Amino acid sequence: MNASVRAPEVVIGLRGVRKAFRGKEVLRGVDLEIRRGEAFTILGGSGSGKSVCLKHVIGLLRPDSGRVAVLGHEVARLSERELVGVRKRCAMVFQGAALFDSLTVYENVAYPLREHLRLDESQLAGRVARCLAAVGLPGIEALVPAELSGGMRKRVGVARAIALEPEVILYDEPTTGLDPANSRRIGKLIVELKERLRVTSVVVTHDLELCFEISDRVGLLKDGRILVQGTPAEMRASTHPAVRAFLEGAQEEEPARSGAAEGRAHGG
Amino acid sequence: MVSGVLALQRSLGRLGDRALGVVEAWGDFGRLTLASARALLRRRPPVRETLRQMEAIGVRSITIVAVTALFTGMVLSLQTAFALARFGAKPYVGSIVGLALLRELGPVLAALMVGGRVGAGITAEIGSMQVTEQVDAIRSLGADPIQKLVLPRVIAATLVLPLLTVLADVLGIFGGLVIADLQYGITPNFYMQTILNTVVLRDFLSGVAKTFFFGWIIAMVGCFAGLRTSGGTVGVGQATTRAVVVASISILISDFFLTKVLMML
Repeated sequence: MNASVRAPEVVIGLRGVRKAFRGKEVLRGVDLEIRRGEAFTILGGSGSGKSVCLKHVIGLLRPDSGRVAVLGHEVARLSERELVGVRKRCAMVFQGAALFDSLTVYENVAYPLREHLRLDESQLAGRVARCLAAVGLPGIEALVPAELSGGMRKRVGVARAIALEPEVILYDEPTTGLDPANSRRIGKLIVELKERLRVTSVVVTHDLELCFEISDRVGLLKDGRILVQGTPAEMRASTHPAVRAFLEGAQEEEPARSGAAEGRAHGG
Repeated sequence: MVSGVLALQRSLGRLGDRALGVVEAWGDFGRLTLASARALLRRRPPVRETLRQMEAIGVRSITIVAVTALFTGMVLSLQTAFALARFGAKPYVGSIVGLALLRELGPVLAALMVGGRVGAGITAEIGSMQVTEQVDAIRSLGADPIQKLVLPRVIAATLVLPLLTVLADVLGIFGGLVIADLQYGITPNFYMQTILNTVVLRDFLSGVAKTFFFGWIIAMVGCFAGLRTSGGTVGVGQATTRAVVVASISILISDFFLTKVLMML
């Protein structure tokens, strides 16, 4: 190896992360390294613990054991207050967008800015407008979330996530519940943000089309572990039975009750 | 035989789980209380949101509290005079109505009505935010759900319930007055005089003092149940019901002990 080429910086590292809910082990030792600037997709079936995995990264959940290092911080050891520093640099786009439905689109996007920056109202308006333009929704500041379509809600969720110009964006099932056109638009947006803002993207999905469109690397999460990882091309060529099964849509269904809904129910 | 032992073991296990669950819930409630006290001391209180909540909790409860108090005063006057007539003390209906309302009924009825209306509202709102990941979203944006959601509601309810209680006191006494006059021919003047002769400021204050605690417990239980909600929209419904039941029972039980303590002061 050429010693002058520095290994790419690892911005997110999970090591041996285990997490159980009410005695049911969802993560059984997840090992994962994500490098600066790359788009990494965690692929997995419903209820495989993908979202749970993502929530560990910004400390929304804490591991039962194992280490979570994000941007040089041991997230699992930080108090809620100390986590603020990490959360300002690492934003999350939620599955259902999780917009605050008592607030307008403007106030939703302005929320993190008001929380962390001292901006006057005109600077604030300028930043909100830029964020909304970046997701292709200029001029919708005055609407409330209930007036938006599913695709628009997700994009406003992205606008809110990029408001503080984070280094990392975590996407929880960004295309779930969207029609193909909107799914493709979200995929394009993820690539665009990665290239323009040089953010590291971590995407959790079971959408293969999205996965292969946006990813630099892919990891398959199954039985609580990252079983296989590699570039999209490597994944396509893989002969690993779990990868084949997933790509061919033959993965066995998890029992219905342990599906995504349960993962979300435990989300808090 | 073996299956009997197993069944016993299982049910003991379940009992243990439930007991643990209860202890855990109390612990979590204590933690939330401590965390909100800390947030209140350490950071700038969320003034604007608190004012908004005072409107939502206080102003919009005026009608329900007013109607309840008015009719309670009326029926209290009706019943009391009816009973007092048996030993010829009918004219003193005002004394009893006044004491009962100021010391007990005004505070507790206002608290129960607000507890039903507002407690349910708080739980439903925060519970929905919880199951749609909005609470997680607040945290993910580096903000604090306690500062953003819990404190404004708890401060607002604690401050507003005493005011609603004063309203309930006044309207209850007025309701009593109307019935005393129309039904029993006791003049408003005499009715008020009997109240002023019996009731002292302390009666009024001891009633109102309790409601600071009632307001606090209503909002705190509402927020707690909301934040613990899980299991989608069904969960929100269950959490809401639970919050109202717990808040109402807490009000009635704590009322006894608070009254006892206040009497000793």
